[in-house]
Amino acid sequence: MKIEARAEVATALEVRGLSVELGKRPIVTDMRLDVASGGWLCIIGPNGAGKTTLVHAIAGLVPHAGSVRLWGRPFEELGRRERARTVAVVPQLPAIPDGFTVEQYVLLGRTPHLGLLAGERARDIEAVATALERLDLGWAASRRLDSLSGGELRRAVIARAIAQEAPLLLLDEPTTGLDIAQQLRVLELVDELRRADGLTIVSTMHDLTLAGRFAHRFALLSGGRLVAEGTRGEVLLPHVIAEHYGARVRVIDDGTLGWAVVPLSGPEP
Amino acid sequence: MSRVDRPGDPRLSARSRATAIGIVALVVAVLVGLLVGPVRIGAANVLRWLVSFGSPPPGMSEQQALILGDLRLPRVIVAGLVGASLAASGAAYQAVFRNPLADPYLLGAAAGAGLGATVAVAYGPSGALDLTVPIAAFVGALVGVGLAYGLGRSHLGGRATASLVLAGVAVASFLTAVQTFLQQQRSETLRQVYTWILGRLGTTGWDDVRLALPSIALALATLWAVRRLLDVIEVGDVEAQSLGLNVTRLRLVVVIAASLATAAAVSVAGLIGFVGLIIPHTVRLMVGGSYRSVLPLSILFGASFLILVDTLARTVVAPAEIPIGVITAFIGAPFFIAVLRRNRRVA
Repeated sequence: MKIEARAEVATALEVRGLSVELGKRPIVTDMRLDVASGGWLCIIGPNGAGKTTLVHAIAGLVPHAGSVRLWGRPFEELGRRERARTVAVVPQLPAIPDGFTVEQYVLLGRTPHLGLLAGERARDIEAVATALERLDLGWAASRRLDSLSGGELRRAVIARAIAQEAPLLLLDEPTTGLDIAQQLRVLELVDELRRADGLTIVSTMHDLTLAGRFAHRFALLSGGRLVAEGTRGEVLLPHVIAEHYGARVRVIDDGTLGWAVVPLSGPEP
Repeated sequence: MSRVDRPGDPRLSARSRATAIGIVALVVAVLVGLLVGPVRIGAANVLRWLVSFGSPPPGMSEQQALILGDLRLPRVIVAGLVGASLAASGAAYQAVFRNPLADPYLLGAAAGAGLGATVAVAYGPSGALDLTVPIAAFVGALVGVGLAYGLGRSHLGGRATASLVLAGVAVASFLTAVQTFLQQQRSETLRQVYTWILGRLGTTGWDDVRLALPSIALALATLWAVRRLLDVIEVGDVEAQSLGLNVTRLRLVVVIAASLATAAAVSVAGLIGFVGLIIPHTVRLMVGGSYRSVLPLSILFGASFLILVDTLARTVVAPAEIPIGVITAFIGAPFFIAVLRRNRRVA
């Protein structure tokens, strides 16, 4: 049975007491998260705070203690393929297979929908074509992956996750390495998908201005622990950022410029 | 043929073209393999003999029919099976180890199979060779790959492409040393084992076809069936897992199947290197990296390649024969360097 983003279960993701140890070293400790169905939670925190590990733990990719529920169902109850039909992951540093076309790559997203040894059906081809169209990559279907630009490549990876048709999308640093226009484009496309399909988004991000403009709620991690959780007005505060990032910032929110986190230190010409 | 390729898709035409070339190459290779030899038979006779399913057509002597049916045909079939096995195993090892340099020979699979078979020849019960040699070769191949993979991953920092191959070379050297030692201990079987190590198709008959066909067919069918899943593994273990794939199980199944094919090939033909490297990489140049194309085409081109190489091996210095492994190494070693260089540039 496929988990639908059902309206009657308002909480898409519920994480309780989640802890991860890698070689006896605690990476994530006693994590508690709730993400509303159709919402966007951004996990923020300094480098090494455990953001990526948390994302992997939510997707069941690293062993962990504690519980993860998806639309009320305990994660452990779901089979391997059903998990993949419920949670799609866009990794920070995706492995790009050699000599694949964009279409062949996005088709990998259909893996959890296909019988173990079966080939793809018309339905799968359609899902791939739709995913490509929605990420503005229809033109690139038969292009080689290695011929794409950084922004196009990132969109191809997201298209793979969209082809997976999972209601929960985990994006690990979706904007890293992209220019400002491509960063906006990727986030706008993701937000469009969220609105149109009712996807639930959990992302990690370093750019707090972009995070603050797209996500609804924020979970601030520091040293593997959740230190603040709430809306941007509750979490993205200068003293909180100073304490956990060790950076002086000002948060601007005015009618003309919109909302932004501006760093204050550093030389000015 | 998968439906992801639509008309007008350049990938499709590349694959169709490669398939057509592969089929033509196989037909040509088989005909060449049947035609070439010390006894002149003539193309027309060979064709008529083929279409009459092996009964000698008018104008062909009993002896000529015997040469075709009992010497050349089984040899061509075994060469084809061995070539297909080594090429497909190479492609499969490359996929599950995510390593472009993986090859049955370089990974220690072939050396393990060689050691296993040597043990069986030297110490096994005489008369029961038919089963003990291939089984011992299969066990040896698994041990060889297991050692190479284990060492390459845990002790040499498994990320680097070269570490698996370094481990494989070390394992292969060690296993070959053990094999040599055993040979010296049992010098009465030395000659038998030695000719076999360097690759022997010279003594091939229908017995070898019967010996190798079942396990090769089983192994190749398995690899064929999972070819789509080999693509999934290309994105790495963690991502493949996030796509719902049981990576550990697939890797196990593929390694067992590829080692079975390698062992069967080694059991009938000895140690033949580099086929698993040359063929899959050539195929990739033609059709790209997806194993949905690479695996089937490797089988096709591997078969044609080894039939032609074997024909070369028995004609160049006729009436003597060059060990077939010498020719594949002659082509394969420069190829290995080229792949290594290309890989380093990418990484």
